Amino acid sequence: MTHSFPWLTVLIVLPLAGALALCFVKDAAARMVALGVTVADLLISLPLWWLFDATSSQMQFMEQAVWIATPPIHYKLGLDGISLPLIIMTTVLMPLCVLISWRSIETKIRSFMAMLLIMEGAMIGVFAALDFVLFYVFWEAMLIPMYLLIGVWGGPNRVYAAVKFFLYTLAGSVLLLVAILVLYFQGGHTFDVLLLSSGTYTTSLQVLLFLALFAAFAVKVPMFPFHTWLPDAHVEAPTAGSVILASVLLKMGTYGFLRFSLPMLPDASKLFAPLMITLSIIAIIYGAYMALAQADLKKLIAYSSVSHMGFVTLGLFTFNIQGIEGAVMQMVNHGITTGGLFLCVGVIYERTHSRQIADNIGLTKPMPRYAIFLVIFALSSLGLPGTNSFVGEFLVLAGTFLSNKLAAALASLGIILAAAYILWMIQRVAFGVPSPTYLPKLRDVTNREMVTLIPLVVLVFWIGVFPNPLLTRMHPSVNHVLTRAFPPPPAPVMTLDEPDVLVVPAAEESPLPEEADQP
Amino acid sequence: MTFSPGDVLLVLPELFVIAAACLVLVLEPILVPQQRDGLAWLSLGTLVVCMGVVASQIGSKTEAFGGLVIIDDYACFWKLLLCFVSALTVLLSYAYLKEERLQIGEYYGFVLLALAGMMVMVSAADLLTIYLGTELMSLSLYVMAGLKRTEPRSLEASAKYFVLGAFSSGILLYGISLLYGATGSTRLPAIASAIGSQSLDNPLLLAATILIAAGFGFKLAVVPFHMWTPDVYQGAPTSVTAFMAVASKAASFGAFLRVFIEGLGGLKTDWSAVFLLLCIATLALGNIVALVQTNIKRMLAYSSIAHAGYALIGVVAAGWSGNSAGSLNSVASVLLYIAFYAFMTFGAFAVVALLRKGGIEGEEIEDFTGLAKRHPLAAFLMLVFMVSLAGIPPTAGFMGKFYVFMSAVEAGLPWLAVIALVFAVVSAYYYLRLVMVMYMREPGELTADSPRLVMSPTLSVVLTCTTAGVVIFGLYPGPLVNLATLAVQALK
Repeated sequence: MTHSFPWLTVLIVLPLAGALALCFVKDAAARMVALGVTVADLLISLPLWWLFDATSSQMQFMEQAVWIATPPIHYKLGLDGISLPLIIMTTVLMPLCVLISWRSIETKIRSFMAMLLIMEGAMIGVFAALDFVLFYVFWEAMLIPMYLLIGVWGGPNRVYAAVKFFLYTLAGSVLLLVAILVLYFQGGHTFDVLLLSSGTYTTSLQVLLFLALFAAFAVKVPMFPFHTWLPDAHVEAPTAGSVILASVLLKMGTYGFLRFSLPMLPDASKLFAPLMITLSIIAIIYGAYMALAQADLKKLIAYSSVSHMGFVTLGLFTFNIQGIEGAVMQMVNHGITTGGLFLCVGVIYERTHSRQIADNIGLTKPMPRYAIFLVIFALSSLGLPGTNSFVGEFLVLAGTFLSNKLAAALASLGIILAAAYILWMIQRVAFGVPSPTYLPKLRDVTNREMVTLIPLVVLVFWIGVFPNPLLTRMHPSVNHVLTRAFPPPPAPVMTLDEPDVLVVPAAEESPLPEEADQP
Repeated sequence: MTFSPGDVLLVLPELFVIAAACLVLVLEPILVPQQRDGLAWLSLGTLVVCMGVVASQIGSKTEAFGGLVIIDDYACFWKLLLCFVSALTVLLSYAYLKEERLQIGEYYGFVLLALAGMMVMVSAADLLTIYLGTELMSLSLYVMAGLKRTEPRSLEASAKYFVLGAFSSGILLYGISLLYGATGSTRLPAIASAIGSQSLDNPLLLAATILIAAGFGFKLAVVPFHMWTPDVYQGAPTSVTAFMAVASKAASFGAFLRVFIEGLGGLKTDWSAVFLLLCIATLALGNIVALVQTNIKRMLAYSSIAHAGYALIGVVAAGWSGNSAGSLNSVASVLLYIAFYAFMTFGAFAVVALLRKGGIEGEEIEDFTGLAKRHPLAAFLMLVFMVSLAGIPPTAGFMGKFYVFMSAVEAGLPWLAVIALVFAVVSAYYYLRLVMVMYMREPGELTADSPRLVMSPTLSVVLTCTTAGVVIFGLYPGPLVNLATLAVQALK
């Protein structure tokens, strides 16, 4: 299926062009330009949702051009049901990031907005790239703007956090580059992700490559024990930076596992699955446990991210359709919910200039509307039925239960702990008695902030109540990954969504002709 | 040995440069000081013409002067790069010498003489011609390093450079004479055929290879022959440092690769193991010691040592590789690396050269504090150079690393790429420290002594060229890749 209009290139280039345009405008206009560009990008990305052929497991909206002739590196972009939701999530979040920074960023506004726009272009590029080198370029190109976002506009300990973030993620991704080069020579002199995914590699090579990719992706997710950069970076980053970090950057790690590790290295993935599941369980429980002890709101959310991302990696390594679909759901959900929570913290920080729970108590009285938003996102974070996270976590747990009952039982502990830290946080922040020093500053959310928060609330409930559009779009792609990596087909599907069950047999057969092509 | 008058035409670029150098030296005492600016424009014009002539020679492969000199695409690649860097040096020096009040007309003469030596080096097919070129380059650089006559550090740099340089030349010459003893020739093709498939069991050959490697090691500033680099780079006038760090290193790599691939190619399994060790040592020392530097010129000196290490990866891979196509690809990756390195390193030195603090050069890293506030554009350019030096896409520095690591993996040395990348992470720390100082610290009170950047039109041209190179080749390295691939075919 080819489209003549280069949707993805436009999505990537528009923010980058916007960043360039910011060099020529005044600081005062920078906000409007950035908002205009991000909204335009959102509007361009939305039609993809409907134009996307939900019955196909193939890459869509493909674009391909030779970038470098020797070695053959292509500018190759494409979308499937896994990257589509992540790209739309990114384009939805970016205008909100601009809006939340409207007043809170006071210095070097132009540069700040330019960094946001560069980030947007690079993030969409990561999710759309189908050439491994192109992917790596986008992946790494993100480091510098993020480093500057944290280091220039961040909190008091920003320099430390920025350097730690930078070195950690750079150190993780250097092995990725070597793995890409090794794959090039072992996989038939190509960097094409689709071709590399259909190659077969010896198990010993797969093990080494898996470890190399693991280093890059596990740091980004972050998986326990590589998570220590995350609390620092999240806490010190400005609100928009935290949102981008938590909502999009972390997903790039899990996306990497799903796009590269599983399809290219199935034997090694199987071999390492027990380890991955163990680390995920540790992350779920440890993250939640740490979140319980935090006095800083941002730190609490940061550790809750570690816990929630544990569910994602857990789902990925169950190797069944529920687990992986749950993981992809959870990637999107975590982006929405945690993004919303960070926006809420940003709103309150703008007023009290404190992120401490102890300073921000009893907000329901002075800020009733704010309390509603906070409670919605918080309940979504703990996975209340009716909200988005419930669907994802349920699918992940169902998938885990099919493959490993003990892991499922342990992971459920994480949900209980999540209820504990979230409800305790709500109890203090929403329902205490406000401290008199801060009371005068507690104005309720402004219209601009409402506009920032409402889209995410809509998404929380929409996905929570009616996840089917999302699931049907990702289903063929997830199934494709699974059957590609693990023929014979996985265990029978649990009855969750009737249409899905019907799709499965058809999708299972589709990869067969490709198999026959192989020598 | 035969000599035909037509040979003179083949070395026209070299003759142009030497003639212009002589003209500069003659005109300098005649002109009144106000007119001496013209010498810079004269040099620049010569370089531009020279690049045109060299470009027209691309595609041919001719020997001249009875096989002492060879004009092939490989030589043309290096000559183009060297002329380009020399042109940048002239432009940078024009601004820098004014600021330093070093109105010495001979300066441009020395730049041109050094360039002539470099061009001879990369175009030589005979070890003695290479030696002559090396000496011409080095002697000019010794003088240039000491041009700040009132500054003890500059004189120290000059003296140190001279003593160690002369020493290394001696070692190189000794190696050449032993090689002559072992093979009966100083011409590279003759040496190659005499060596055939001999191994280093022949003690004479072993000693010769080691001595020649050591001699080039000094010129390339490869550990453990790097000791002179930080002191000389720090003490020399910054425009000269930039010239040394880029042009002299490029020319040395040009000659070095030709000697070892073309002349000593039969011994490649032996020497690649030696260079493997030197490469790892260079990467480790250069990057780790750069971490603790507080002077930016010293930091960039260690960084340039480290970059020689990255380029050496390609050399090692060329020797390690089993097939000749892979070997040539590896050599091409070295050419690319040095070309990309030229843009980013020269750009970084250009910013350093024109950062003044109370009338003198501000060369402490602390002097860059808050530069983003005072000179946002200069700080941004420095950011681009640092990001490129750290090898982060989408910059030329990444592409350079990509190609050398690719040749390492192709040669079956993925672990070498891993080691090098680990040190690339180390290097990111010190490059980004400069970014941190520029962007994340507030500048102090503005006083007469606070660091400021002296902008001038020629500096703008230098920065535009280098930044454009870093960014454009980072996004689209294709043309340069083709040129380098074409160039190495000449070494077959």
